[in-house]
Amino acid sequence: MSDTRTPAAASRADVPMVLAEQVSKSFGSNEVLKDISLEVKRGEVMCLVGPSGSGKSTFLRCINHLEVLSAGRLSVDGELIGFRETHGKLYEMAPKEASKQRRNIGMVFQRFNLFPHMTALENVMEAPMRVKGLAKAKVEESARALLARVGLAERADYYPAHLSGGQQQRVAIARALAMEPKLMLFDEPTSALDPELVGEVLDVMKGLAKEGMTMIVVTHEMGFAREVADSLVFMDGGVVVEAGDPDEVLSNPQHARTQAFLSKVL
Amino acid sequence: MSSTTPNGPAAAVTPPPGGPVAPVSTVSAPIKAIRLRHPWRIVFAVALIVIFALVVVDAAFRPAFDWPVVGQYLFDRRISQAAVVTLQLTVISMVIAIILGVIVAVMRLSPNPVVKSLAWFYLWVFRGTPVYVQLTVWGLISLIYTSIDIGIPFMEPWVSFSTQAALNTFTLAIIGLALNEAAYMAEIVRAGLLAVDKGQDEAATALGMSWAQTMTRVILPQAMRVIIPPTGNEVISMLKTTSLVTAVPFSFELFTRSRDISAETFNPIPLMIVASIWYLFFTSILMVGQYFLEKRFARGVADRQVDKKDGPGAATGEITGVVPVAGAGQPTVVMPPPPGHPPANPGPGDAR
Repeated sequence: MSDTRTPAAASRADVPMVLAEQVSKSFGSNEVLKDISLEVKRGEVMCLVGPSGSGKSTFLRCINHLEVLSAGRLSVDGELIGFRETHGKLYEMAPKEASKQRRNIGMVFQRFNLFPHMTALENVMEAPMRVKGLAKAKVEESARALLARVGLAERADYYPAHLSGGQQQRVAIARALAMEPKLMLFDEPTSALDPELVGEVLDVMKGLAKEGMTMIVVTHEMGFAREVADSLVFMDGGVVVEAGDPDEVLSNPQHARTQAFLSKVL
Repeated sequence: MSSTTPNGPAAAVTPPPGGPVAPVSTVSAPIKAIRLRHPWRIVFAVALIVIFALVVVDAAFRPAFDWPVVGQYLFDRRISQAAVVTLQLTVISMVIAIILGVIVAVMRLSPNPVVKSLAWFYLWVFRGTPVYVQLTVWGLISLIYTSIDIGIPFMEPWVSFSTQAALNTFTLAIIGLALNEAAYMAEIVRAGLLAVDKGQDEAATALGMSWAQTMTRVILPQAMRVIIPPTGNEVISMLKTTSLVTAVPFSFELFTRSRDISAETFNPIPLMIVASIWYLFFTSILMVGQYFLEKRFARGVADRQVDKKDGPGAATGEITGVVPVAGAGQPTVVMPPPPGHPPANPGPGDAR
């Protein structure tokens, strides 16, 4: 495997799924992430909450290298993201290597970002066929199974424009799962949905969490965080203000900023 | 006075204000309204038809048009050969222009400033000078560069051949047309690429798709919807621009050929009509092709396509037929019935 992994971490269960060490990110002179250090264990569900502009989404996008870090280290499953380390020197990854890492990390977006010119089924089949080069018949079978799993078996041949927001987001989840990722990133998956459609998407995510998927969820759904998350991180102004057990943080926030935020959203 | 009967029959049927209105029937009846009439439209249309008919009749008997000569030359071998050459010029130069245009468009969007500037310079030169001038210069290329040498600069070339021998006028016409058109195609393609939502690129990247895969599978198919209509215009425009290759000088295409024949017969008008008929024939075919291409790339765009499962017209509430109603003498607009209900008044438009 990669030479970034220490020999001591031979048993993979010990390696955290995501390890962020003093991660910083600036856009020009605007520092959006400052010294973020986090650890997400295998099978853990972490909820990231905080006001808009707090850097939650940027942090999420750093994890699959959609944004490049300015400082610090970030590794997924023991592998450094976006860089290769040889003899203590960091080398920027070629796009091909970076996309290889992304295959193991599924991402679900606020605005779904389904491919509008493909049916739900084609959306789910696209990456396994083009990226992994798997046979069409096999891919179609598992894609239909995935759509059934998110409750959309009969909608396989619909174009995204003919699906509701909740259905589109469930297709997007199935599309991400089709690459069989070891980590799922959710970037405000229910923020663009009508209130009555939020539940169906959260239900799918709850199911995923129950099956042991490692998930990082940027969300404003405090009920979901309390029910499903193993840990909750409150971010504001690009720093981690408070982190811990969701019940504790939500019912007994220690920091004034957390208290102020929670008093508005709960 | 009737004020002594406050609970009369009229008061009893009036629903309380703000309360639910009792439905007349469980199924709402389709609207049968008399269509709004537009008498002035009809008057105007009739006037136009009369004027058009007069022009046609007049043209048919005007000696200058010389229709027998038109008929004689329409399928003349020289003319039909020239028509094929015009089509060749159009297709070949357009294919090169589209490929080159995509390359220049991608170059303009490149993060590399050198690549970007080069693309900009190309556009500046080829869009900034008239195509007639460009074609003339391409015709003079053998005076500027007398030979084409392949090898290492400032050293003895490995291969060297004369420009005049290597590039005939047909090739030069193609080069001139294609390079000029590529500049316009580049801007069309760029507009199409920029019209695709940035989230599409991110979603594809997050799935592990490479840049090339993202481009060909996700971005370009969506950009096509924006690119095709103006490209159709460009093809039609190119078909007509081929008449300028006489500047190279290349003289075997439709316009120059027709003009050369008329120079012999001293009868230019019928030959220009012959050329126009051929141009119109080709542009008509192109317009049909464009229609089908646009339809193909509109897949998945909301409300352009009818759900297979719900039947035609169910989602959009479009007018499905106009049914004549006996006695009224007025056509009646029939709205489609709600899904699950048979049409109340099946008309000719409802045959499905």
